[in-house]
Order: sequence, then structure tokens, then C-alpha cells
Amino acid sequence: MSKIFKGRPVIAGTIDRIDAVVSRQGVNTLASFQKSALKKASEVICSDQNNPDLYKKNLTKKALCLPQTIGSTTGGMVLYSVCALGIAPSAMLFSQPIDSLAAAGVILSDVWTDGSIVAVDNLGEEFLNYVKDGMKISVAPDGTVTVD
Amino acid sequence: MKYNMNLTPDEEAILNGSKGEALAKVMKSLVLYGDAFNAQRFVPVTGKGHLVTSFGISVLKPVFSIMDELIAGGLKVDETFTVDPRPIDYDNVKCNPLEKLVFNKIIYGMQTPYEAQLQKLGLKSSKSFTCTCYLDEVGNTPKKGDILSWAESSAVVYANSVIGARCNRNSGIIELFGSILGKVPEFDLLTDEGRKATWIIEVKTTKKPEAQILGSAIGMKVMEEVPFIRGLDRFIGTELNGTAKAYLKDMGAATASNGAVGLYHVENLTPEAAELGTGLIRDGAKTYVIDDAELERIRSSYPKIGAWEKNPDAKPVRCFIGCPHLTFAQLDEWTGRFENELKKQGRKKVGMSVILSAAPEVLERFIRENKAAYDKLIGFGIKLTSICPLMYMNNPLCGKKPVITNSNKLRTYTTARYLTDDEIAAVAVKGGF
Repeated sequence: MSKIFKGRPVIAGTIDRIDAVVSRQGVNTLASFQKSALKKASEVICSDQNNPDLYKKNLTKKALCLPQTIGSTTGGMVLYSVCALGIAPSAMLFSQPIDSLAAAGVILSDVWTDGSIVAVDNLGEEFLNYVKDGMKISVAPDGTVTVD
Repeated sequence: MKYNMNLTPDEEAILNGSKGEALAKVMKSLVLYGDAFNAQRFVPVTGKGHLVTSFGISVLKPVFSIMDELIAGGLKVDETFTVDPRPIDYDNVKCNPLEKLVFNKIIYGMQTPYEAQLQKLGLKSSKSFTCTCYLDEVGNTPKKGDILSWAESSAVVYANSVIGARCNRNSGIIELFGSILGKVPEFDLLTDEGRKATWIIEVKTTKKPEAQILGSAIGMKVMEEVPFIRGLDRFIGTELNGTAKAYLKDMGAATASNGAVGLYHVENLTPEAAELGTGLIRDGAKTYVIDDAELERIRSSYPKIGAWEKNPDAKPVRCFIGCPHLTFAQLDEWTGRFENELKKQGRKKVGMSVILSAAPEVLERFIRENKAAYDKLIGFGIKLTSICPLMYMNNPLCGKKPVITNSNKLRTYTTARYLTDDEIAAVAVKGGF
């Protein structure tokens, strides 16, 4: 059974049935991505011990579902960097309005790399309550998110 | 590209490449950034820049590619900029050979070429590495009402709250783009409405609260919202003197790191609160009462991680004081605090590696104008540096060490354990708990 949510596309794009990985708390970008990026790993394994929802989970090419990002103001640069390295999530789906650090990250990725991170915000609390790890996520350019 | 902001003909021309591809990409990034927050227009930046990225960390290699592209496009910050502290200082913050190898070859292997990039892009001077760029000695002090393009969270919250300048809590790189363009999208903390408080904080403690714990409590509660703080003027007065500013610097850094506060108002003290009073409070603002018990609850909630998780009574190997960097007056205060504690414990020198961190120009002034205090600190076995303790600590090697700090920001982002000012002096002199 599919459930559809409508948000605002910050970076518009099309995503077809990729796995969701879900954080109910704000995602600390630096803490989550730094360790894998430092190791020049081929994928990001979340290294934030303070986030039990994501810790040790693979974030690369996933649909990362979250309320907002938190933490250091290096966050935008870190997101941009993992996108440039080809190991970023394919999509970031925010239940709340996007925060300034995540916005910077997805915008820098869109403008300054060959890749991009599709970003949709304002999906609402119901979205974050509904979506679970491993559910299949599709995104349309108008910000429609389908959860299977 | 499609966009919603209202651009002037000049801005639109830049977006379409009239001043080169690199500046067009800078403009495109800032237009998308403005659109994300429903900004209607650009406003001119009226102060110098300040960048958060001071470290040539290998993980950010793609950032250095952007820098190269900007430099190749002939772009730079005309008004110059300062930048956060350097990550390493082997003379004053000793490292073992393995740490040096990891720092030099793996983590900070790009430091030297990155600093060359910063100079080409308009770095104010080779001394301009500090998170307290707004101190008089450093020479990047904005005026009230200035529009800024900064990122370092502790500097942004200080500039907004204590000085009354206007700056959003930007990410690294975006802040550089705003300084290069000389304009930023107008939203949130750049607007009168965005600067209104949605929280009232009632300070009802029986004594002056520890700045770092009060800031932590406020940050955890209000997150990115704007608090209006009542009752603090009973303890720190109604004059923005050096002592009050230093207190607000440390409290603000904790609000920004334990939450995401970009602006706070203190009744009868900070510029906008002194001018506008309760007119700064939005209808329907929520209230948070902070008393002695609440501060104790907050403090006891801090997890012990890293070496402290395995052994809460571990002997600390290092003590970091000065995150954010210390002021000239704070260096003097710490001299007195350590002098008293050494006398009390009947010792001549501190019992562990103690590092005080301050801006290069502040340290120069301290040595020049307060040589007696400087000599005392050196005699006590204390080292002075200008590094960023957070950048030093934020790696797997240093993260395993039992380190103590009086900084709630350092506690939040690393494995360092928080102690109050008085506690940390006692433990540092004794060499353990």
C-alpha cells in the first residue's frame, strides 16, 4: 500500500523506489558523515553515537528522512563534500522547513558538483511518523513523495 | 534558471554570467539559498567577513576545489575576512609522533595549501585566525545594524546579540559567497520580525549562573528560536562592560552549540533589549524558568563519553580553557584563579597539561601589556596558544583521551568532560579528581 505526502521541492528531482533510512531526531551532519569521509570509504556508515536511529547505518544513495539537520556550521560543506565524493544520500526528505545548514549543503551540491541531493521539505510530522527504515521511497519533481 | 527572489538588473546580469562563470555560480547558489527561505531581495553586506573553515582537513577536499575555481575566476573578498582558529600548534599543544603523523599526513594534510588559498581570497592577515574575530584587538568588530555574512556559530550569536549586528546562522562556503558578492539574501535574523523573541527565559537562580550551563540550558530548550532573557541583569549588571561581554560570549557559544541559537536578548543589557524592551517579545511567547535545580538537572544530563565512559575517575591528561577564545581580561582572571588555587593546594605548578587559548592579537597584547601575569602563567606550567581546541580534539586519536574543559561547546562536539571554572582550576592544579 502506498502513502503519498506533499512537500516543497528545495532541490527538485526524480527518485524511483530507493530505501528509506529514518532519523526521528535532528541529524548532526558532521558527526554522521565525517568518519567515513575521512577514511575515503566507498559509502557512508553513520558515525554519530548520539543518534541511535542512524548509528552504524549506511546512508549512501538512501532517502534520508529527518526533521532537520543540527550541529556545526560546517554541515553544509560536509554534505557538499560527500556529494562530490559520490557517497551522499540520494535524497533528503525533511518533515520540517529545511534548516540553513542543510539548505547550503544541497544547494552547493546542485550548483558545484555533477551530482545532486534531491531535497524536499515541509513534509509534516505525519510523514516522519509513517516512514520506516527500508520502505521504498519515490520522489517527483513537484515535491510529491510516495512511500511504499 | 527559475527563481522567486526579486533581482535587480545588475544581479540578474551576474546570474547570467556578465562577470564570469565563477561569480554566476556564486550568485546562483545565493539565489537558491534565498529562495529556500522565501527571501525577497538581496541586501548589501556592510562589515568584514568571517569564515568558519580554517582547517585544511582532507575530508573537505571538494571545498578546496571551489576555492580554486573562485581564485581562477579572479574573485576575492574586497573588505577582507577573518577565519576560525588553526587546528594545531605543536610548540604549545604537544602531540606524540603518531598524532603528528596522522595530523600532518591524514587529517590536516591540506593546511598549508589551504591557507595559501585563503590569502588569495582576501584573508585579513596571517594572524586573523580566531573564533573571537569581534574583539577589538582582532579588528573585525561590526557596528550595530551592520549586515554580515558569517558562519561560526559562536561569532554569529555574539554579533547579533551583544553588538546588534545582523547575520543569519549560515553554513561554511555560503558565508564566503556572501562576502565575495557583497550581498546576502534578506531573511530571518536580518529582518525586524525575525529578531523578535518567541521564548521568555526567567532566570531565578540564587546566585550568578555559570555562563556555560545557563547557555546550555537555554540552547537545549529553545533550539533555533530567539529567547528574551529576564533576571540575568541582577547578576551581570546593565552595562555592557568587558566582564559582561565575556560572560555573554561564553553563554552565547553554549546556546549556539547546545541548541542552534543565533540571537538572544538580555533584558536591560543587550542593545536591542535596552532599546525596545518587551516590544521584542512576540505574542504567545513560551516561558522557561531556570532556577538552581534546573541548572543542576541540565548539568547532570551531560553524558560521559570516550575515555570517561570507561572510567569516570580517569586521570585527565589535558585541560582546555578558551573555547571560544579568551578575552584579554579573561586571561588575567585565569591567572588570578590559578594563582589562588596553587596557593590553596601548596603547589608551584599545575598537575597536567593546561592550555589557555586566545586570538593571536589578544595573546600579543597580553604579553605586551600584562607581562607579569603572562610570566606567572608560564611559571605555573600553563601553555598559551591560539588553536581551536575543538579541531584538535575532533578526531579518533585525541577523542580517546580523558580531556577536561570549561567549554560547553567543546563538551558538545567532542569527548571532553565539562567542569565549571572553579572546579577545573582545582582539578588541573591537583592533576586529577
